[in-house]
Amino acid sequence: MKQAFPILAVLTAFFLVYAFYQALWVAPTDALQGDVYRIIYYHVPSAWTAFLLFFINFIASVQYLANAKPSTARAARWIVIAIGTVGFFASFVPQVRQQLPTGMYPSSVATTFLIITGLYFVIGKYFGGQDLGGFSAFILAVNTSGAMSPFMPRVMRRFFTKVFGAYGAADGQDLDVLAVTTAEVGVVFCTIVLVTGPIWARPVWGIWWAPGDIRLTSTLVLWLIYVSYLVLRRFSDSAQTQKLAAVLAVFGALDVPLVYFSIWFFRTQHPQPVIGGGGSMDPRMLHVLLISWMAFLSFAFLVCWSRYRLEKLRREVEEAEALESLMETSATFSAGKVPFSQGSK
Amino acid sequence: MNSIKFLYAAYIATWLIHGLYLGSLVRRYGRLRQQMKDLGKGK
Repeated sequence: MKQAFPILAVLTAFFLVYAFYQALWVAPTDALQGDVYRIIYYHVPSAWTAFLLFFINFIASVQYLANAKPSTARAARWIVIAIGTVGFFASFVPQVRQQLPTGMYPSSVATTFLIITGLYFVIGKYFGGQDLGGFSAFILAVNTSGAMSPFMPRVMRRFFTKVFGAYGAADGQDLDVLAVTTAEVGVVFCTIVLVTGPIWARPVWGIWWAPGDIRLTSTLVLWLIYVSYLVLRRFSDSAQTQKLAAVLAVFGALDVPLVYFSIWFFRTQHPQPVIGGGGSMDPRMLHVLLISWMAFLSFAFLVCWSRYRLEKLRREVEEAEALESLMETSATFSAGKVPFSQGSK
Repeated sequence: MNSIKFLYAAYIATWLIHGLYLGSLVRRYGRLRQQMKDLGKGK
């Protein structure tokens, strides 16, 4: 895996340069805004990346809290499966479809529910440790007993076992590391959104900031919540810090859908979303926007990878230091050099 | 339209923020490496 990092870094650098070239020279000029609209190729991908990272932080925090007890972990998994299934099928029910805002497609809502469910299990598998209880035990039993062989093709059984077969509750340290990583990198991308937004607004709207605008205000609140999350983690020495931070992250994540859907449900100066939101965009511009997002996603992945390794290493060093000081104390005790040992006689 | 300077400002600001963050990561890695060296000496 370590060898993969430099290769990915070089590929990402090329990808970013390519996206930069596409954004500045290939994408057509906007008829109304001129060239300044090209800020979109940094502003929107940064926002999407930040939302994704905060969402991963939310899932990691929920799992960290749920994994405190095996029974809660099992219950959480079934709740997620239930939400995903109900959400997926409900998106296609005519009554629900009518309630969706203009430009929001049922298929995209259904896909979102699938992604949420899938992401929960993927994160659980790779960061939650090993536990063969509950749902994973069921899947393993189905696979090994061959009970469903006549109904389920071998490839599918392998897939299910691979995805759900060995994940579950552990001490949650990896989930906590993932949570802090995604929160920190998410704040960086959210900062870019908050900086490039006003720079774009000034020539287009004539103002830097629209006070009271729900999109802008909720984004600022989102940024403040995650900054406070990081401050809490940085300065709190309590043994409960990880749990408190996870609770804060769960509540903070509630602001993400508010930010995203605010332009549908409230009157705002911010334009409609460019994908699945009824906004019209030249396909060539959309193409460049997606390239730019992919480049930003690979960059975010690499930064998260580095930050994740850094956090793991920091915790290992902290543990080693604690162990060393413990050994020093115990050596002092055994040498009989502790003052209060005389007082106890 | 004299708005092109805003475009440059937004792009520069983006990479400035990323650069600052990457710099902070490198600094933290450096500090950690030093701590690990000190731990090694202690043994």
